[in-house]
Amino acid sequence: MQIYLPIAEISLNVFLLLGLGGLIGFLAGLFGVGGGFLMTPLLIFIGVPPAVAVATQANHVVASSVSGVMAHFKRDNVDVRMGLVLLAGGFLGSTVGVALFSVLRGLGQIDLVISLSYVLLLGIIGVLLFLEGGRALVRRRRKVTAPSRKGHAWAAGWPLRMRFPKSRLYISALLPLSLGFGVGVLSAIMGVGGGFILVPLMIYVLGMPTTVVIGTSLFQIIFVSANVTFLQATQNQTVDLVLALLLVLGGVVGAQFGGRFAARLPADSLRIMLGLLILCVGGKLLFDLVTPPVDLYSLGVS
Amino acid sequence: MAARGVLFVAVLAVALSTPLRAQSLIADLSEHLVAITTGFVGVDVLLFGAIERPEDPELGGQPSGDLVVVVRGPEQAQTLHRKSNVAGIWMNTASLTFDQVPSFYAVAASRPLEEIAEDTVLAANGIGLDHLDFHLPAAKASGPLREEWRQGLIRAKQREGLYAQGLGQVNLIGETLFRSQVYFPTNVPTGVYQAQVFLFRGGQVASAQVIPLSVSKVGLEAELFDFAHGQSGAYGLIAVILALLAGWLGHLIFRRD
Repeated sequence: MQIYLPIAEISLNVFLLLGLGGLIGFLAGLFGVGGGFLMTPLLIFIGVPPAVAVATQANHVVASSVSGVMAHFKRDNVDVRMGLVLLAGGFLGSTVGVALFSVLRGLGQIDLVISLSYVLLLGIIGVLLFLEGGRALVRRRRKVTAPSRKGHAWAAGWPLRMRFPKSRLYISALLPLSLGFGVGVLSAIMGVGGGFILVPLMIYVLGMPTTVVIGTSLFQIIFVSANVTFLQATQNQTVDLVLALLLVLGGVVGAQFGGRFAARLPADSLRIMLGLLILCVGGKLLFDLVTPPVDLYSLGVS
Repeated sequence: MAARGVLFVAVLAVALSTPLRAQSLIADLSEHLVAITTGFVGVDVLLFGAIERPEDPELGGQPSGDLVVVVRGPEQAQTLHRKSNVAGIWMNTASLTFDQVPSFYAVAASRPLEEIAEDTVLAANGIGLDHLDFHLPAAKASGPLREEWRQGLIRAKQREGLYAQGLGQVNLIGETLFRSQVYFPTNVPTGVYQAQVFLFRGGQVASAQVIPLSVSKVGLEAELFDFAHGQSGAYGLIAVILALLAGWLGHLIFRRD
């Protein structure tokens, strides 16, 4: 059954879209990631214009992070103060990011920038996950404990120090502000929540306790991706509500199955699997960039 | 509307100036509105009509003539990018904007075009992809470069399915009836289209008719599109609110605690 997507201006199969939402939701539940970084490339592969894929995915991220943050709020795993500082940076970053997106779109370079950012990011994350999974497997066999969380000593001299009681931190507010800014820009250009970058940065750069990291990152992602959705809708008119709705529907169901399935699989093998999957998607994007195009000429947005 | 009027007058003038007596030609479309709805998967529109046999006894023995159908979408400015290889990656490195390009173009004929009329006659009536002039300002490109971009634009439009690949068929049924089909793909641009029907006799336009056709988004699709473009602020807010609600509902329905 085909459905016409009013903003993407193409017809796609309803079940393909529901299935895609479900698959990404399943992986998200399985691996505990947002999945946006897989959804956008897959949408592009099935023919959704990259600009529409990115903006619509930002809308999808809003829904999936709300779902996720509820449980963390109940368990009191959200450092709201830290979240707000990250969010201030995130708002600024995503606003700059969407403006940059519009300029690049006018220049006809947005598709390239989206693809390149994904190749870089997926490449790095895929390799890291793969290595970490491998190392953890080895570590578990040798029964060596994981290294303790690293500090933030290198930024100790920065001004504007702030107390974050919940994270038991006293650090410069500039640090989370700039992290938020950077991830906000990525969020706007790539349509991802950015949790998969933010979470390791919060642990290793800010030195936050792992218990509050995921809840806090989800908390700020809701607002940053809401900002991206709103700005993409007003500046580029690229948010497709019909597409977003189908992806959310599939995603909500998929995530439940993924979550249940995850308990039965060993975490390290999961990491290696996710790493491989990410490398495949990144590899396909890279392949498309280096293969000579069918035709040198292509239509731009008028 | 004004442009259509002018074109109609021009076509009429061509028809009247032919040496033959103006021959009657009547054609119509099976639909005058292509409605893009939720389930839109592209549509075939039937063009049908009749021609009167020449009354002139000297011409009476001739075949009834050749028919050519041209379907054009509304004119738009169109940007075209050209890729080249930079450090191993294929990226857009040049672009050009054509001022007026038909957003959709398809030609059907009862015989190969070169057998129907001379190039100059076809060109004068804008029949055939070779005779589409894209109003590219001379300052932007000239000579062979201009032709290269023009061809590039045609190929890009063809890949999108917006310019027909080859020549469609106009089928003559007996000596007076004819029919032809035009396919509108899912990505068909909206606006007012024109189906021009030409009757050729002896290599000249003997008669012509222009039939308007409207392509528009209808129903929920149309409303969403207009909403997204007309009131993008409200659209953005609703998108965010719907996502918040959906996420919250998802949590309520599937919570495990």
